[in-house]
Amino acid sequence: MTDLLNALALLSNFVIVPGLAYGSQLALGALGVTLIYSILRFSNFAHGDTMAFGAMLTILATWWFQSMGISAGPLPTALLALPIGIVGTVLFALATDRMVYRYYRKIKAANIVLMMASVGVMFVMNGIVRVVIGPGEQRFADGERFIIRAREFKEMTGLAEGISLRTTQAITVVVAVIVVALLFWFLQKSRTGKAMRAYADNEDLALLSGINPDKVVLVAWIIAATLATIAGTLYGLDKSFKPFTYFQLLLPIFAAAIVGGIGNPLGAVAGGFVIAFSEMGITYAYKRFIGYIGPDGWVPDGLVQLLSTDYKFAVSFMILVLVLLWRPTGIFRGKVL
Amino acid sequence: MKKILLATTAATMLATGAFADGEKINIGVILGFTGPIESLTPDMALGAELAIDEINAAGTLLGGGAELVSVRADSTCIDSSAAQAAAEALVSNDNVAAIVGADCSGVTGAIANNVAVPNGVVMISPSATSPALSTIEDNDLFFRTSPSDARQGQVLSDVLMDLGVKSVAVTYTNNDYGKGLADAFQGSYEAAGGTVTISAAHEDGKGDYSAEVGALAAAGGEMLAVFGYADQGGAGIIQGALDTGAFDTFVMGDGMKSQALIDNIGPDLNGSIGTQPGSAGEGAKKLAELLTGIAGTPDGPFTAESYDAAALIAFAIQAGGSADRASIAANVLNVANAPGEPIGVGELAKGLEILANGGEIDYQGASDVELIGPGEAAGSYQEYVVEDGAFKVLRIR
Repeated sequence: MTDLLNALALLSNFVIVPGLAYGSQLALGALGVTLIYSILRFSNFAHGDTMAFGAMLTILATWWFQSMGISAGPLPTALLALPIGIVGTVLFALATDRMVYRYYRKIKAANIVLMMASVGVMFVMNGIVRVVIGPGEQRFADGERFIIRAREFKEMTGLAEGISLRTTQAITVVVAVIVVALLFWFLQKSRTGKAMRAYADNEDLALLSGINPDKVVLVAWIIAATLATIAGTLYGLDKSFKPFTYFQLLLPIFAAAIVGGIGNPLGAVAGGFVIAFSEMGITYAYKRFIGYIGPDGWVPDGLVQLLSTDYKFAVSFMILVLVLLWRPTGIFRGKVL
Repeated sequence: MKKILLATTAATMLATGAFADGEKINIGVILGFTGPIESLTPDMALGAELAIDEINAAGTLLGGGAELVSVRADSTCIDSSAAQAAAEALVSNDNVAAIVGADCSGVTGAIANNVAVPNGVVMISPSATSPALSTIEDNDLFFRTSPSDARQGQVLSDVLMDLGVKSVAVTYTNNDYGKGLADAFQGSYEAAGGTVTISAAHEDGKGDYSAEVGALAAAGGEMLAVFGYADQGGAGIIQGALDTGAFDTFVMGDGMKSQALIDNIGPDLNGSIGTQPGSAGEGAKKLAELLTGIAGTPDGPFTAESYDAAALIAFAIQAGGSADRASIAANVLNVANAPGEPIGVGELAKGLEILANGGEIDYQGASDVELIGPGEAAGSYQEYVVEDGAFKVLRIR
């Protein structure tokens, strides 16, 4: 029995807890991508850097708050600064839409043109973030670092394996649940949300029934920028903020959106967790886990690791390819790319 | 015969004339001012430039009047093509007589092979420590004031054996430096009876190292050996290992010694150990005094080696009586090793004087320079422990 509990604690500490936090961050990112895809009908490559931009504004606001001595007690100050970051990023996203995407919508450009335009936007945002805050790593997490430390857990339970839970991991999951719940309520129940779904389903029909396309696009950008800022800030809080890592996040985020079924919000959430747990689960070395649940006193000689951690990003790629081959619409029947 | 004599005299006069006008000799200082060790390089460059200033202040280089000018360039530490382009610019545009640098092993090998050797320019690296650099085809143009990691691997192994640590997990940054040190350490440690449970590479510049830490934790070990960079993956791995409770104490290679690491991680790092090239002897102390108020961390890693690299170039110029590239190459080993009068930090003027009078010097400098084998430092190492948020040197090995 103790062995089983130890095995569970071990897996929780190294796979389940980090996987839940990482999955939530991916899910929030994938929701933004999927929303833009269903309303504006293009893959927004600038989403990763929108996350970096939002996180950057939040960090600047956090530093401002810290310099004034404002803090959120045991919680990170960044949570207080988040609204400022969101407003700034929303304004930035709307300005981008006005200056870049609106023109291509007006001339009814092909999707691929919009997508390439978003690559351009990505590079511009990339540059802005580096100019403003620099390419280096920024730490802005403050407050209580741990809810429970591995050592405390061991002392409390008497187990050989500890579980550590960082405040930022818990916050990430809680915030993600709240945001996703609000978003689903908005899309299902509110008038604007219903209009957005109608517009996503059939643009012409929606226009005929008097839905204002400009308003739908406006709301889509507001929501996408909000999600991006929240996801970016949570990722930065939980790991570390470095502009380049957000560019790297683009791949798992797109993989999550496509695996779940692009255009389907539920799919984006599910996809986020599928990707996160595959990355963590496939690259984890199960040596000690098997040692606990296997026959008494027997521990495998090897590490029992399916893939070296170097191939973490390759896992997202593999899943992406497999899904596109076997089930192009994704788990939850989204659109075909 | 008469003609040759005439020509030689004329040339000598011309040359002397040029010196009298204050000949400027460019010395390239190519270090990673951006990139993974950007927190270390400013102090290293200041160390090299301190030696250059000291030589200029003496005013006796090449019979007086010649002046050394430091030309900085960015090696980026990781991007070989950018580093080569920067070195190429130093050699062809700035016409440098010799180069102090580069810093990280990968770019140093690239610059040596593709720029310095083809152009016949001497390179003295203060910090490239990969064992692979001992065997490159360098035409006797590549030197280093830092020792090869083959030696550091041995020292780290001795440190652990003395502490009675019999099994460790190893993680290294995925480049020439990390791999070289990890292999050297594993060889020595296993020969001494220790067990390396896993030797896994990590990539720099990622946001999240929980998967890497998970694999290391699964392999287990009494300590985690981290051969990476303090500004990069090395710090991420240590943070992740502490957060998950996978490891409590760490053994660190020379790339990890940075005050920023302690500041970022905090008291949890106390008790961790490591090694760093350098004797911390009289020379190093004196240099640290001279650099106080100039450099951010006067006794930081590789500042002493940088000072020595620049000083060696100056002495090689003086000994050969010319800033000609081939002449510098021929004289580096002569001024670095015995026989001769020992020259320490702050005594560069004395060294120039002796050489000008046709004497010999044995440059000791800040890191007790002794170039062995293919022209690399024999290497003494500081064993340090992190105590109360600071590095404390325990002994010299």
